[in-house]
Amino acid sequence: MRLVIDRVSKSFRSRNVFRDISAEVRNGQVLGIIGPNGSGKSTLIKITASLMRASQGKVEFEIDGKIINGPDIRPYIGMVSPDLFLYDELTAFENAVFFARMSGLRLSDTRGLFDEFGLSGREHDLVRSYSSGMKQRLKLLIAAQRNPALMLLDEPSNNLDDAGKALVRKLIDGRQGITVMASNDKSEVQDAAVIIDLAHPLPGGSR
Amino acid sequence: MRRSSSTWPTRSLAVLAKDIKSELRTRYAVGAIVMFAAVTVVAVGFSLGGIALDTNLQAIMLWLSIYFASAAGLGQGFIKEEEAKTSLSLRIYAPSGAVYNGKLLFNLIILTGLGLLIVPLFALLIGLNVVSYSLFLTILTAGLIGLACTTTLIAAIVARAAVKGTLFTVLAFPIILPLLILAVKGTQKAMSAGARFSDGLGELQGLSSYSVVMLIAGMLLFDYVWND
Repeated sequence: MRLVIDRVSKSFRSRNVFRDISAEVRNGQVLGIIGPNGSGKSTLIKITASLMRASQGKVEFEIDGKIINGPDIRPYIGMVSPDLFLYDELTAFENAVFFARMSGLRLSDTRGLFDEFGLSGREHDLVRSYSSGMKQRLKLLIAAQRNPALMLLDEPSNNLDDAGKALVRKLIDGRQGITVMASNDKSEVQDAAVIIDLAHPLPGGSR
Repeated sequence: MRRSSSTWPTRSLAVLAKDIKSELRTRYAVGAIVMFAAVTVVAVGFSLGGIALDTNLQAIMLWLSIYFASAAGLGQGFIKEEEAKTSLSLRIYAPSGAVYNGKLLFNLIILTGLGLLIVPLFALLIGLNVVSYSLFLTILTAGLIGLACTTTLIAAIVARAAVKGTLFTVLAFPIILPLLILAVKGTQKAMSAGARFSDGLGELQGLSSYSVVMLIAGMLLFDYVWND
């Protein structure tokens, strides 16, 4: 399993967000993306998920000897992002079950996950009534239940308390597959195998 | 978590179930459609002031009421996903085919409800002199299916534009016009003196062909509309 970001550039009209970003990570590794607000961390995550087009360059994901790019990458993805919203008018459990069904998952373990993600006892509340931290935990649960080959985490510790942040750490540490994590906080990605620093991109794009 | 052998029909039904549950809790589309249908028919009924319309005009007014009422609500399936910003989650986790089929089934259910509301209301306030009920109901069903197939695809296109509501009605009208013409002609035949089911076979064939073309076009194009 391999994720290759190959000389990716993105500009919005005349504004260059980033240029010539390259990186490569393999199974079990974490790719960290750091940079200040507006440096393009979320944009790079969206390009990786094929939710946005790169102005130049390409992102390729290789699994079982097959190279996958474009929207075909999405069945392999779990994603947590401030731009990703859940259904407020459904309960947390209904949201989890819906997204599990979309991923072709059996539902027997869903209740257990609510316990693991600290939402047990509140699973039948409408998401509308959830705090922002609880919504973030639910997004993590939905991404994790898919057990994705490629986990994309954009500011995963947003709004989380210390226990929630420990949950994110545990989720990343215990994972098979590739994890891409964008954060404002350098300490969050200090263990990453490869880091893209969008504030100071190196020639070739990563360390 | 283990994978199940979930197929596209089960995933499509899951999208439908989610939309129904969501609709029952928010009344997002149904509210708009019911209000528009009721206001249109009541306004036409009162403005006629007891003047009886001939059957040709009845058929035209009926289908115009159905079209504008459906335009008020059928786009909401996709527009709501964009406005609530849940479309990104759907794009990541749901296969595009399941989203299209689920939304199409949801629109079909909404349109069935619209038919059940608007036809009796129209008959009561304006008058419907149906002679061949079998032809009338078959034309109505075929027309509503065609309307659902067309509006589902257009709604997906329009949902990402800035002026969603207005654009939906404007963009949908020329595409739906052939369907409206066939539906009006078929309905007029069902209302003409001595009408038999076989009188409207031409219109029924036209409506069926239109629906099949729109369904296939939707299935082929939706992937591009949704993923781009």
